[in-house]
This record gives sequence, C-alpha cells and structure tokens, in this order.
Amino acid sequence: MQDTNTTFARPEGLTDVVTHYCPGCTHGVIHRLVAEVLVELGLRERTVGVAPVGCSVLAYNYFNTDFLESPHGRAPALATGFKRLRPDMIVFTYQGDGDLASIGMAEIIHAANRGEKFTTIFVNNAIYGMTGGQMAPTTLPGQVTSTCPFGRDTQVTGMPIRVVELLSSLVTPSYLERVAVHSPAHIVRAKQAIKKAFALQKEGRCFSLIEVLSTCPTNWGITPTEATQWLDANLKAYFPLGVFKQPEGMK
Amino acid sequence: MAKILMKGNEAIAEAALRAGATNYFCYPITPQTEVAEYLAKRMPEVGGVFLQAESEIAVGNMLFGAASTGKRVFTSSSSPGISLMQESLSYMAGAHLPCVILNIMRGGPGLGGILPAQSDYFQATKGGGHGDYRVLVLAPSTLQEAVDLTMLAFHLADKYRNPAMIIGDGMTGQMMEPVEFPESFVESELPAKTWAATGASGRKPLVIKSLFLDPLALEQNNIALKEKYDQMQREEVRFELYKINAKNRILIVSYGTMARICQTAIDALEGEGISVGLFRPISVFPFPHSQLREEISRANVETVLTIEMSMGQMLEDVERAVAERKPVRFFGRTGGIVPSPEEVMEETRKLLDTKAAPRRSRKA
Amino acid sequence: MPGIVIDKNHCKGCELCVKACPQKILSMSREITLRGYFYAQMHDRSRCIGCRICAITCPDAAISVHHHGQMYVLFEY
Repeated sequence: MQDTNTTFARPEGLTDVVTHYCPGCTHGVIHRLVAEVLVELGLRERTVGVAPVGCSVLAYNYFNTDFLESPHGRAPALATGFKRLRPDMIVFTYQGDGDLASIGMAEIIHAANRGEKFTTIFVNNAIYGMTGGQMAPTTLPGQVTSTCPFGRDTQVTGMPIRVVELLSSLVTPSYLERVAVHSPAHIVRAKQAIKKAFALQKEGRCFSLIEVLSTCPTNWGITPTEATQWLDANLKAYFPLGVFKQPEGMK
Repeated sequence: MAKILMKGNEAIAEAALRAGATNYFCYPITPQTEVAEYLAKRMPEVGGVFLQAESEIAVGNMLFGAASTGKRVFTSSSSPGISLMQESLSYMAGAHLPCVILNIMRGGPGLGGILPAQSDYFQATKGGGHGDYRVLVLAPSTLQEAVDLTMLAFHLADKYRNPAMIIGDGMTGQMMEPVEFPESFVESELPAKTWAATGASGRKPLVIKSLFLDPLALEQNNIALKEKYDQMQREEVRFELYKINAKNRILIVSYGTMARICQTAIDALEGEGISVGLFRPISVFPFPHSQLREEISRANVETVLTIEMSMGQMLEDVERAVAERKPVRFFGRTGGIVPSPEEVMEETRKLLDTKAAPRRSRKA
Repeated sequence: MPGIVIDKNHCKGCELCVKACPQKILSMSREITLRGYFYAQMHDRSRCIGCRICAITCPDAAISVHHHGQMYVLFEY
C-alpha cells in the first residue's frame, strides 16, 4: 500500500471560515502566506494581529491567532502599545492603502521611526475596496475610480505615494520590501519576504514592513485573471519590487 | 507614612504608579506636561513603559493596544488633547477595555487658553466620542483627594472594564500641597483578566473588538454596556456635604477646585451670619442625582446655586436633579478666570437680597 | 502519482488556478456550488505533476495537493 503525503494543505494558521473576500481577491493569498509563515516559524501561539478598517476588517475571523480590531489607520499605534508591554509576543498589523497611507500615515511613519519591533503587512491595490472603489493615495495617474471618475488628475490630487520609499528615508533601521502576489513566482517570493520580516521580529531586531501589490478585480472592474495582468503591466512599473531598506549585517 | 509636598500633576503621576499602572503614553500639552516629565524620570525606576507618542490620537490608540495586554495603563492630557482621544474612548468602551485618563482642563473651545477651566464636563460625562457609552468620571478638589481618586480609578476601570477619567483643572495640576501615599495599595479582589490577548496557546483565539455587524449582536453589546453603567449608578456615586444644615437658605453645587473656593466663601459668610451649604459631587458620572434631589428638597433651601468655571455644564445635571422643585441659579467665570471667594460671596448675597420672585436659572 | 482536492465549499470560481496550472489540466465546472460559484476541477488527473502552483495561487486555500509514493519537489515553498 503506497503512502499518501500531503504536500500542500490549508495551513493551521487559518481558520476554516470561508472568507468574505471577492473571488480572486489576493487578500486571501496574503492571509495564507502570513498564516503559513507564523506556523513555520513556530510563532502562531504567541502572536496577536491587529486588524484594520477596510476589506480586511474581518481578518480576525480568518486567522488562528488572537486579534485586536483597530480604528481606521491606528493599527501601528495599537501595535506599539501592545508590543511595548508584551515584547515577548509577536505582533503584526495588516493594513490596506487607505488605512495605512491615508488616515494612518502619521501612525505608520512614527512607529517605523521609533523602530517598533512589529511587522506590518501593507496591502496595496491602489483603490479603496470596502467602501466601493474610491481613490486611494496609491491610485495611479489616470486610473478611474468612483471619486475620480475621469481618471486621477495629478494636478489636483498629486502623485501616488510610494510608501516603502517614503519609509526608507527614515534613519532608524528597519526592513522594508515590496513584493507582489499576482503570479505563482511572485507569490513564492512574497512568502520569502514575509518570512524574513517575521524572522527579524522573532530576533527582536527592528520594524519590518512588506508592501504587497495586490489585485482588486471587483473595483478595477475586470476579471481576476485580467487583474493580475493589469497589475503586472501598470502597478509594477510605478511601484518597483525589491528590498528598499534592511538592517546592518543582512545579506 | 510621611507627607510630601508635591505639585498636583506629579502627585497624580505618582499615585498611578502606586496603583500598579506603570505603563504611560503621553503627548505634551499645557498645563499637564509635568505629569509626563515626572514619569519620564520616574518610570525607569519602577521598570515600567514610558512613551511619548506623535499625537494624542496615537496616545489613545496606544492605550487600546496596551490595555489589551491586561496591564494597567494610563495617560494624561488637557482639553484639546482629550478631544483627540474621543475616538479611542469610544472604541475602548465598546471593546470593554479598562484605562485611566487624566484631564487637566483648560479654557476652550478650540485652542482656548492655558488657564484653569471646568468646560469639559459635557465631554467627560456625556460621551464625547460616538455611540452609547459613558466614562466613569471622578473630580477631586484637593491633591490628597486627587491621589486617592486616581488610585481608585484604576480599580474601578478594572472592575467595570471601562475607561475611567479623573478631571482636574489647571489649578489642580499646578498647585502644591502635602500628600500621602499608602504603603501599599489595598484593593478588593478583581476577577482574572481572561479577556486579555495573551496568545492562542492551548485555547481558541480571542478577538478584542467593538465591531458587531449583526445588529442583534451590537444591541447586545450596548445592553451589556448599559448594565455596567446602571451598576455604576447604584454603587459608585460619591459626593460630599459641607456645612449642610437646617439654617441653609442657599445650597451651592460645585465640584473640583471651584468647590474649595466655595468652601472658603461659605466659611466667610458664616462669619457674617449667613448660612450656605455646599453639595460637592465627587463622581460626576455617575452623578448623584437622587442624593442632590434629597438635599435640595429640605424646606429651608430657597435657591440652588450652581457654580462652575464654565458657561454652565454641570448646571444641566443639577437642573435635572432639582426637577423644578426649587429655583436653580448659575454663576460662572470662564476663559481661564478662577472666581475668588469674594465673587462667590457677592453672588450669594445678591440671591439672598432679592425681593423679587425666584428667578429661573440663567440658562432658561 | 500526485493529485489535488478542491474544496467546493471554499472555491469562489475566480479561475486563477486554471490560468496558473502549467499542465493546463484545470477548468471550470458547469454546475454551481451552494454559494452560487462555478468551481474549478481537474479534467485530466493523469497529467498532474504535483507542482502545487494551483494551490499556491488559490486565494481561498481551497486546494490541497497530495502525492502517492516518490515525490520530486520542484521548488521550495
């Protein structure tokens, strides 16, 4: 009788709840990567996540870890308060582009600048999903959203914000990398980045933020497969992938 | 235990530490910055966490995260900064998290001024943030009382799993008086904090949140909150009576530093043969409605005079308690002006000299 | 022999796995799940190489990958 090995299964870090995310939404992929990493690094049981306001407001239903639910944009402040009192626990925030780069801009910059030892997973899909597809700070020039229906006019709204580049200008050491999850090869690379970030937190080394370029098929108005192609053709050009900052002594 | 001469801001800071709250997040703002400066030096001595945040918005949210660990946490600020914390107070109340907030009130609204005021009464006692929640609010009038109430506030915040607030004013924060701290803080037993986020090890994960998308579930959360506030109204009302007797013609209602000034005025008036009593609420939420109603109902009381350093905020609670049984008058100074005992005496004499029919309160 | 199991309860019919499969052996069903989605299924089990790319791509962690006997791991994941 031959043995059956499972070479890939739903990670123990995820609950069995069917997510409310749209078909093809890469939040699901990113959740899974974080869950896999937490289990592989043996961190799940001492982790607390901080959920944002946005499509992933219900993230706490999908992870097998304790969770705090934050007001819009404030997750880095909650994470700071928690981690300062419980440095032995693993803390991560999971935030979208509105939560982190709009209302939460002060909180993320200062948490990064203080070098708070938590990890931020920053999901950038260049649009506000939950509220129905409005312009985000990361919306591309000319991109159509419900609050820039004629395309983003940069004369009026400025240019999209590159968060990883912005944070990399801070002097305090941190680990900052931008990845994407629109193809299997990119997903494998994204998992490595997320693993590096949590490994650094396990060491108590520094603040880490992984910006993940993601799709929003529903509000971009295209199919999930077309959305991966749009990301590849457009988002990657403005938001280059790669490591932008790392602490001394890292390869 | 020896008495130490301390500034109000510092005494309150020390009181928090003595209550086991060695975790403090802050942002500087006049007239309470000394709390932060004192703790910046003192916290390393007790091995606690001190963090100056980027704004009061961040402070309030750091309190949420820190309170989620189950440890005692607090902050101090003044009126405009407290406005910025209203979001987090709403969220913490909705998530049943304890914390203590010190508001050293200053003149408002807006940037206002930096001198004492009592114009955050509405903000403190009626919510300030959105939703059906309350904050347990205590108002000390001496520095010793501030020390005692601060320590009590941590116990009550844990007992009710709700934010608690100490309201002082610029005088409370800046003046110096001798205070005593207990050798150790003796508290009645509190339940274990099984709600704290400690990691899903050997148990199901827990979530600390205030979001309930199902309206029935959200209503249940609100009902649970209301039950706590009803219990506070039954068990946590605190007030003090000063020179209340059958000869009083006027009953003054005042709190905090203003009440002390009224006491001086009352003592001086007694010397002139005029009998005035003082009803001093110590808990302004829960407000001593029924107790005040009982006091003003005595036949000898002709007028109820509310005195605040505001345009009349506690006045509305007084009017509600008095329920039109007696005329309610108001005297207040604002803008940072602290009334003198002589002004209080003058207002009182004016009320007694009037031959006209009792007038409605100035706010009517 | 490798194979996959697609959990119909989780599948939302996004079709990303269909595109991602290097062997082109996944396609969408013609019937819907209880949630109203067309679900993905494997139409030629004989050519599955157990690469796990479908499972890696799936946003709902709906796919598990199994192997009977000798397995060659094609890449680290």
